[in-house]
Amino acid sequence: METGLLANLAILVLAGFVGFAVISKVPNTLHTPLMSGTNAIHGIVLLGGLIVLGHLENPSVIDQILLVIAIAFGMINVIGGFLVTDRMLGMFKAKPEARQAPDADKVATNGKGH
Amino acid sequence: MDTLVPILYIIAFALFIYGLMGLTGPKTAVRGNLIAAVGMTIAVVATLLEVRHNWVLIIVGLVIGAALGVPSARTVKMTAMPQMVALFNGVGGGAVALIAWSEFRTSTGFLDEPGYVVVASMFAAIVGSISFWGSLIAFGKLQEILPGRPIGLGKAQQFVNGILLLAAVACAVVGGMGGAPQIWIIGLLVLAAVLGVLVVLPIGGADMPVVISLLNALTGLSAAAAGLALNNTAMIVAGMIVGASGSILTNLMATAMNRSIPAIVAGGFGGTTTLPGADDGIDRTVKSTSAADAAIQMAYASQVIVVPGYGMAVAQAQHAVKDMAKLLEAKGVEVKYAIHPVAGRMPGHMNVLLAEADVSYDALKEMDDINGEFSRTDVTLVIGANDVTNPAARTDPSSPIHGMPILNVDESRSVIVLKRSMSSGFAGIDNPLFYAENTSMLFGDAKKSVAAVTEELKAL
Repeated sequence: METGLLANLAILVLAGFVGFAVISKVPNTLHTPLMSGTNAIHGIVLLGGLIVLGHLENPSVIDQILLVIAIAFGMINVIGGFLVTDRMLGMFKAKPEARQAPDADKVATNGKGH
Repeated sequence: MDTLVPILYIIAFALFIYGLMGLTGPKTAVRGNLIAAVGMTIAVVATLLEVRHNWVLIIVGLVIGAALGVPSARTVKMTAMPQMVALFNGVGGGAVALIAWSEFRTSTGFLDEPGYVVVASMFAAIVGSISFWGSLIAFGKLQEILPGRPIGLGKAQQFVNGILLLAAVACAVVGGMGGAPQIWIIGLLVLAAVLGVLVVLPIGGADMPVVISLLNALTGLSAAAAGLALNNTAMIVAGMIVGASGSILTNLMATAMNRSIPAIVAGGFGGTTTLPGADDGIDRTVKSTSAADAAIQMAYASQVIVVPGYGMAVAQAQHAVKDMAKLLEAKGVEVKYAIHPVAGRMPGHMNVLLAEADVSYDALKEMDDINGEFSRTDVTLVIGANDVTNPAARTDPSSPIHGMPILNVDESRSVIVLKRSMSSGFAGIDNPLFYAENTSMLFGDAKKSVAAVTEELKAL
């Protein structure tokens, strides 16, 4: 367990440095989409809900409610986050034909796991 | 199966990092977002492979989430983007808090859990709850359900916040002893919720983007902590990357507004809500003008700079502005757009809105590039922008926004301000620009005013 914890802490620290390194120089224009994109990525909390509920035998009603809400929240965060980011970035796409078509197939690729 | 899931996780977080790198450049951003989304799909599928129980409930949760998330993300207006991001951020934090609570319940108060699981879970619970409630307040302010002005306790604010934080940590310590009753974690969540509300309420609307970015970073950290407690590498990596990059991004935004993060968190705009400058001796009369005059002025200019603000976005005037600019260009007038880093409600928000109206990317000038040009410009057309053009930021040390970098609009030969009324801007302060001698005001809805000017231009 101790080695597992140490490995996880090492991953935590390294991931922190990766985060710092990636966002070194960003034009102002991209601040909002980038915030929205990182926002979608922390939707990873969805996994937490899936793991806890997926390993729980005979959960009480309260736990069922808490975790279903948690999963729904996580799903909103993930799917909403990526879609909104895509819509923002869609505005920067090539000029001629504007931005109706691309959205439709994004939903298909983003509709995950069910 | 034992190695498959970790391998999928590794693929997933590699895609997150690669996608995030893409998001930092305008050309690669769309693909970057898509790559990150693919990474997320892989991570979710990998986790579903490990699900042993409660399939129905899990699917119910996922479907509810998708049913709520997809339509709101697809229909939200571009002007309302910032509050939507706040909301999505908030539910992420809420999920973390709920997971921690449920873990507490199912492990009977972390009985027999190793110490680091307790610490990480309690941290996740506090930060998640702060993030959830803080984001809801930020949403309320941007949506104008709550007043944008700072609401606070004044001097006692920081003291009260400190006490709340200490009390929440105390709950975490007592509740984390092992086998403690549930009241401790509920108390912790409530205290953190009050703290989240009280921290964001006193922050002025203009600082809200920075706050959302800060809360975004916090949610990332709480996700990483939850990942540590659950021994899940994908959560640790993704959460920590967001925590780190979110902090940097918060700092970049704060720098763009010349605000320090501690100053923002300590209470928006010093808490003064009185209008400064009411007795500063400036002649406080405004000149109003007509669409015809504005059209003539611009038609015979050699360079016109358009300064778009939130007012333009609200009036959905970007297409009308584009049409007007086209006419001016046909008359040989050079038209440029000056984009303040925080024009609109968020950095980059205005670029998105103008790009939506097919304004050429090259015509959009960032503040540092265009500030030298105002003195060579014949007409500057300010459309629904206010605080970012306020010369008090440069000249009046007593102004709450003193020191904020602004567009030096007042240096141009003449300024035409399109505005609905004389009400103050989002920061709630008066703007001496409107009383300047070279400024004239064109009152009315931005879209109608621009359309009227366009008609006049056609007639010329």
